[in-house]
Amino acid sequence: MLSDESSLDRLRLATALQAGRLAGALSRRLGQGAGTVVRGRVVLALAPDALRSLAAGRRSVVVTGTNGKSTTTRLISAALGEDVATNSSGANMGPGLVTALDDERGSVAVLETDELHVPAVMRSVEPAVVVALNLTRDQLDRTHEVSRTSGVWGTAFGARPVTVVANAADPHVVAAALRGASAVWVDPGLRWTEDATVCPRCGQLLDWTDGRWSSGCGLVMPEPDYVLTETGVRLPDGRDVPFEIKLPGVVNRGNAVFALAVAGVFGIPAEEAAARLADVDVVDGRYAELDLGGRPARLFLAKNPAGWAAALAMIEPGAQLIVGINARIADGTDTSWLYDVPFERLRGRVVGAIGDRRDDLAVRLHYAGAIPTVHTDPVALAATLPPGPLVVAANYTAFRELRSHVAV
Amino acid sequence: MSPSDPVVPEDVSGAVPAGRSEPPGTPSGRDPLRIVHIYPHLLGTYGDAGNALVLGQRARSRGIPVEIITVQPGEPVPAQGDIYLLGGGEDAKQTAAAHELREDGGILVAARRGAAILGICAGYQLLGETFLGVGGAVTPGLGLLDVRTGRLEQRAVGNILARPAADTWLPDLIGFENHGGATTLGPGAGALGYVTVGVGNGDGRETEGAVQGVVFGTYLHGPALALNPAFADRLLATAVGDLAPLDDLLSDRLRHHRLTEVLPASARAGRVDRITALLRGRKPTGASGATASLSEVP
Repeated sequence: MLSDESSLDRLRLATALQAGRLAGALSRRLGQGAGTVVRGRVVLALAPDALRSLAAGRRSVVVTGTNGKSTTTRLISAALGEDVATNSSGANMGPGLVTALDDERGSVAVLETDELHVPAVMRSVEPAVVVALNLTRDQLDRTHEVSRTSGVWGTAFGARPVTVVANAADPHVVAAALRGASAVWVDPGLRWTEDATVCPRCGQLLDWTDGRWSSGCGLVMPEPDYVLTETGVRLPDGRDVPFEIKLPGVVNRGNAVFALAVAGVFGIPAEEAAARLADVDVVDGRYAELDLGGRPARLFLAKNPAGWAAALAMIEPGAQLIVGINARIADGTDTSWLYDVPFERLRGRVVGAIGDRRDDLAVRLHYAGAIPTVHTDPVALAATLPPGPLVVAANYTAFRELRSHVAV
Repeated sequence: MSPSDPVVPEDVSGAVPAGRSEPPGTPSGRDPLRIVHIYPHLLGTYGDAGNALVLGQRARSRGIPVEIITVQPGEPVPAQGDIYLLGGGEDAKQTAAAHELREDGGILVAARRGAAILGICAGYQLLGETFLGVGGAVTPGLGLLDVRTGRLEQRAVGNILARPAADTWLPDLIGFENHGGATTLGPGAGALGYVTVGVGNGDGRETEGAVQGVVFGTYLHGPALALNPAFADRLLATAVGDLAPLDDLLSDRLRHHRLTEVLPASARAGRVDRITALLRGRKPTGASGATASLSEVP
């Protein structure tokens, strides 16, 4: 009777997918957004194993980490060529993945995955490769502790044969990746040591010397296989391959190295993969050009202290800056992290403050020695700022609202 | 100054420096106000560095010279500071910090001198008699607050509002809490305030934080002094006496927004959470309802 059961399963999945598409269309019609998540939720309610069924037969890459998930997912998808399905909408939990895999064929799936949903997603999609980018403080009201997330990853990585492409410079990532069947180590250049002060294994203070870390218990930074260099990447065989990308900042060059490492696991020559990276420019609104009442501005997304440090480093010295901060569920409802962002770099500068928590931000900027200008409307605010290039940097839901100003 | 520099002894005979001789706001060659920020790498999970920043800026704005001394584990804790700050941290870091501080002894000398001390979250717990360290082991604290910390049944995460105890002369205390500690006050310590939104000490008596002389502990985590400038000034006043008022328009707007929008929304969410839990016969998920369960299947 097995064949009857499996045909029943197929019927159930097909019905669930159809119901999901209807729900998604209805959601869109009602103006409730793209319907990506609603659609996946309906599918999973009717066919709880839908993600496994949709991922079956594909070679999957799960991409996770605190920062750079979406951009690196896009870079990996580009590096792996044309036959790729991916959740480019940024919906990175079960429902979003179901919708993406229902929409997109492709023998390879590159799946951005929320940090805490890695175990469940790995159980369903059984990926060949997991990319672990970094693990820093973000939404502590939800994830509670960085070391706990590292432990959750380690258990997931150890539960099935998977190659972990991991950030060798991040001790919390390394502690988890060492529990996977095999690891490819990446040195993406930047260091964020604020969340990597004690050993995730033994709790002793880590020794950081010349950008390398080590612990008294013997845990040390692994020798990286792929290293970001001034002009490109150094490969495991020692060759240097230059690459160009359109995305700004050293942090994105580091993300590109992760993409080249995944391409290496897939057996794609680095030169071939590197050439494909040059096509990626805007990632789901990140780095997009805005039109704020006729004044052009570039839009950045930054969600947590490490992300903000990277974003502030990308902003050219003469540019004017507007910062947008919300504290909704998707952002984390606690704004304490504003004091872990090095806003002191803006000392003496006029900085626009928008978003639900513009008053929190204004106080933070004031204590940093900057001069906050608080406004509810980014267009009106842009008109009051001194002339020059303008950057608008915002956290997640504030960023999403600003995408309505993307220049057309 | 690096912590290894020799520290010029101040008047160590008097118990409490009730105020120095200079009138407030005069920079007349006085010793700088010394703010000692303890082990930010161990106790600094949630923007705790903001408190040293806020104290420093609020003193400098009044013409008071300030020295912020950041002490890392292994370095001696100066005994001659005016205000000591200890922030939040994970269990292992908290246990390590308590051990180091006891071995060093500098902060205990400072407390005997009457220096002000503010401990937040893990820093609050380790100022007490005992707390739960690595693996839930009962661990001795510094004994500067007569409090003992066990574990809450359910982690407290969310916005918090506390009506201060009358003798603190402070306005409403606002902030965010994220802790699993249940703290009981002994007879030697008073409550810093009484919770109207959130969990606080979780002792069944609605208390929040503790105060004992000029040693303060609170679950208002992270940059609590940025949200509560009167509390910051209260700490400064223990060292420098009366303070000139500052233009706090931005802080006032922030507090107004929290008190009129953010906290009422949290209170509503908390009530809905409790009612839902009651109907389902389960425990509430947390003060803000913003917690996610690891076992949740996406």
